[in-house]
Amino acid sequence: MTLDKKIVKNIAFLARIKVPDDSLDQISEELSDIIGWVEQLDEVVTDGVNPMTSVTELTWPRRKDLVNDGDCPEDILFNSTEPNWISDDPSKGGFFTVPKVVE
Amino acid sequence: MTSLNDLTIAAAAKGLKDGKFTSEELVVAHIDVLDEKRSLNAFITETPEIAIARAKESDIRRRSGEKLGLMDGIPIAIKDLFCTENVLTTAGSHILDGFIPTYESTVTTNLRNAGAVMLGKTNLDEFAMGSANMTSYYGPVKNPWIAQSGAKKGKHLVPGGSSGGSASAVAARIVPGALGTDTGGSIRQPASFTGIVGMKPTYGRCSRWGIVAFSSSLDQAGPLTRTVEDAAIMLGAMSGHDIKDSTSVPFDVPNFTSSLLEGVEGLKIGIPKEYSMEGMPSEIEAIWSKGRSWLEDQGAECIEVSLPHTKYALPTYYIIAPAEASSNLARYDGVRYGLRVNGETLDDMFESTRGEGFGEEVRRRILIGTYVLSAGYYDAYYIKAQKVRTLIANDFKKVFEKVDLLLTPTAPSAAFSIGEKMDDPVAMYLNDIFTVPASLAGLPAISIPSGLDGDGLPLGLHLIAKPFDELSLFRTAKILELAAEFDTKPRIAT
Amino acid sequence: MSYIIEGDTGNWEIVIGLEVHAQISSQAKLFSGSATAFGADPNTQVSLIDAAMPGMLPVINEYCVTQAIKTGLGLKAKINLHSVFERKNYFYADLPQGYQISQFANPIVGEGIVLLDMPDGNTREIGIERLHMEQDAGKSMHDQDPRLSFIDLNRSGVALMEIVSKPDLRSSEEAGLFVRKLRAILRYLGTCDGNMEEGSMRADVNVSVRPVGSKEFLTRTETKNVNSIRFITQVIDVESLRQVKAYEEGKEVIQETRQFDASQGQTRAMRSKEFSHDYRYFPDPDLLPVILTIDEIDSIRKNLPELPDDKKNRFIKELGLSSYDASVLVADKEIADFFEQVAEKCNSKIAANWITGNLFGALKKANLPITNSPVSVDALIELLGLIEDDIISGRIAKDVFEEMFESGITAGEIVKKKGLEQITNVGEIESIVDNILTLNPDQVDDFKGGNEKAIGWFVGQVMKATGGKANPKLVNDILRSKLVE
Ligand SMILES: [Mg+2]
Ligand SMILES: [Zn+2]
Repeated sequence: MTLDKKIVKNIAFLARIKVPDDSLDQISEELSDIIGWVEQLDEVVTDGVNPMTSVTELTWPRRKDLVNDGDCPEDILFNSTEPNWISDDPSKGGFFTVPKVVE
Repeated sequence: MTSLNDLTIAAAAKGLKDGKFTSEELVVAHIDVLDEKRSLNAFITETPEIAIARAKESDIRRRSGEKLGLMDGIPIAIKDLFCTENVLTTAGSHILDGFIPTYESTVTTNLRNAGAVMLGKTNLDEFAMGSANMTSYYGPVKNPWIAQSGAKKGKHLVPGGSSGGSASAVAARIVPGALGTDTGGSIRQPASFTGIVGMKPTYGRCSRWGIVAFSSSLDQAGPLTRTVEDAAIMLGAMSGHDIKDSTSVPFDVPNFTSSLLEGVEGLKIGIPKEYSMEGMPSEIEAIWSKGRSWLEDQGAECIEVSLPHTKYALPTYYIIAPAEASSNLARYDGVRYGLRVNGETLDDMFESTRGEGFGEEVRRRILIGTYVLSAGYYDAYYIKAQKVRTLIANDFKKVFEKVDLLLTPTAPSAAFSIGEKMDDPVAMYLNDIFTVPASLAGLPAISIPSGLDGDGLPLGLHLIAKPFDELSLFRTAKILELAAEFDTKPRIAT
Repeated sequence: MSYIIEGDTGNWEIVIGLEVHAQISSQAKLFSGSATAFGADPNTQVSLIDAAMPGMLPVINEYCVTQAIKTGLGLKAKINLHSVFERKNYFYADLPQGYQISQFANPIVGEGIVLLDMPDGNTREIGIERLHMEQDAGKSMHDQDPRLSFIDLNRSGVALMEIVSKPDLRSSEEAGLFVRKLRAILRYLGTCDGNMEEGSMRADVNVSVRPVGSKEFLTRTETKNVNSIRFITQVIDVESLRQVKAYEEGKEVIQETRQFDASQGQTRAMRSKEFSHDYRYFPDPDLLPVILTIDEIDSIRKNLPELPDDKKNRFIKELGLSSYDASVLVADKEIADFFEQVAEKCNSKIAANWITGNLFGALKKANLPITNSPVSVDALIELLGLIEDDIISGRIAKDVFEEMFESGITAGEIVKKKGLEQITNVGEIESIVDNILTLNPDQVDDFKGGNEKAIGWFVGQVMKATGGKANPKLVNDILRSKLVE
């Protein structure tokens, strides 16, 4: 399976990674090589084999329904990328911001 | 007496206990080496002030007879993939520019509680994606070893990766021990390249909470040290159940040093035939069979075994790890922390931030991962890989009915020179051919420096054990260490 | 009852499926320990996990799982012993992880049913496709700044149940009944407060149309996040008409995500791309499959409360209510509770009439919920008691009720204060009757002449003379005995 420029452009958008047009050829070549290489798995007979999602054979750990976290807007907004809006009293919270979204 | 920075963790601990020196003296001695060896580029962030402050605290604890931890007053380095409170954490990536966590990872918290003293955050492949430490936004790390002869003579060598900074720092004696993470070999392969011990515990033994995630079903923290005993000590200080990580196991932490002197009498060691690949340097074959006889000399029984799906481990890994990574790295979007490249629209901002923030290899793996999960390809690639992963895990289950451990080489080659294999991703991926299978099966494994190749570069041997049988791993590794009599001091440190 | 759109080319029927997002009632979020309470300051109920800080990991809140199981049982659905949380990958400003943890291939609840109580007193069965758990996203606000949208993550990570109906609904009215009934069931179970104003419930509305008689499904559109029953019905009406119009003009209906513009009363295609793509679901490697045991589920089943349908049947069978009254009374848990308390002490039919009649009327006028009705359970019991004991007449009771509702004074006091007790003293009534008979000889002759109806006129006279307080039965008896003398 070769990944042509169209596919590369599409997955690059799905992954929200800007890829300069002049590098599309090189990238589609690299990715095609890797995909071509992993396709050797087709040799393996896997009929009736269960897919392995986790190596741990534990049962799911459970949390009680207790409020013991959050209430730390200073920490949450501490690394927030400017520009943002934070109330004069940080303990009152504030917002992250992004370029205006028009839906 | 040897200078303080040559001491192992065990020796330093004894010196501190016997009052031969203070933690502050010990730490200052290492800080001096840190300055000397800065050209290795092993560290992204140095924290000497923190180190000295914590060393002083340790000395006070000791003087006032307080209860001391397993590593009280011992300096260590921490791979910059672990979130550390109030200390820049980068994952070797531009996209985490200026990120200062307000929290401390569970493993580094455990080490702090054990009294260990952080000297700094070590360089690594960006988001731990690499096998040469060439993909870091903060530049390549140099291997303190250089070739005595051959084509690589006179060139700077890679330390391996992704925990290259940690490996280099330990080999160059900037610290006696360092924290790494291993997803497909990122502790064991650099340990082999730099002539030190690198250990990956069973998946679930160490908490992943606070470790920047690469591939959640594979990532494990582990120690890089200069001796097997030190690895056992450090793992003991790191491990433990963590309710904040659903995949951390609720098992008690054994005393990992307890088995070190038990020897290998009566142990059955499997030699998987699929691990001898054509085109593998004869020196690797040689060290492998040496290891085998060393164990037999001590009364272990070596048996040839078969792990039929070995050759499919690497392609399986290069579907599963990128798939998980493509999702794990989606949170780096410029909204809440790290790099933000503004754009007209929301998507512009996302695409520009991530386009500029991620390096080539990370971008490559995110795109591969996105592709193998995308509609129409999910079954053909991702599900297929997960099924093969099951077969690989079953291979190990079967052989472990016959043997206690497996012995293999750690890597198919010694350290190569900086710049090699950069143009060929797949060739680079082949570095992990011997370490990836154990990762896919979540098994504990260790690399022990076992000899030098013709150019005078270190080679490692690799042991794999049953789940949660780190004790057998350490006792067997100890035998190899004793037999190899490896002088872990780099011949010529830059 | 199927609803028909009469087009120029023929008749069309509407096919509707709803995906209802209901917030699970819980103290803490699905995967973190931060609070879920409504209306907090921005980003004050956000943990490092909810903000997707590097290295943060989810741990399942077991109570949310229990709530989902409860709801599944309430929908008479199959509970799956093995369910899996997966990642739904897409980028959006208020989705910190870059993925939503949801359930996809293996949801916790399978097929179930909801019974609609139709206005004609019949019921209609609507299929439930599945129920799965997932985390909510944060909130984007677009009106605070000319250049920026603001992000508040307080909702990020709040536990939701997505309840997906089969495409069994055929009109906006049915869709409204479905959401009301579903909300009633959730509120009876205590698994969701059903508060649409606070966003505890919202629906994605899938609409397609087809010529009456056709069995195939044509292209559907999905209108996202419609947050009131009125809007849901509006969406269905405008969207179905839009589609019929398109087909009849020979245009195509494209499968797309739309949004509802309440101000315009229109739906329009979403411009932003983030919904129109490939979610790349895969099992979340940070979590383990949710494995349940039969015992666990049975112990939850044992503690289920009585649900609307069972209550309704009991009201009909044991209390003899009409199917209509019963479904009106069970539609809201608070009303059902109010009724049952009154019916314990009084005749249930009379109680039902008073509650569905006078009380509902008064509450509607004052637009108050039954939970703060000025006439309490005990007050109503007292009033109905006075009627049963012949202390006041039904007609007077209505006036008394009005005053109770206004003033909050009890029936007894009002009756005493105004002296509204019935006159049951025979002598007193006889003298009034004698008096009226002597004053109206012509009517007396008329009656004696055989006009039985004239008696009604006499009764009226007596009532007028007593301000309606005379006991009607006594008045009748006395009149008869005197007239036939
Ligand atoms: Mg939907
Ligand atoms: Zn949903």
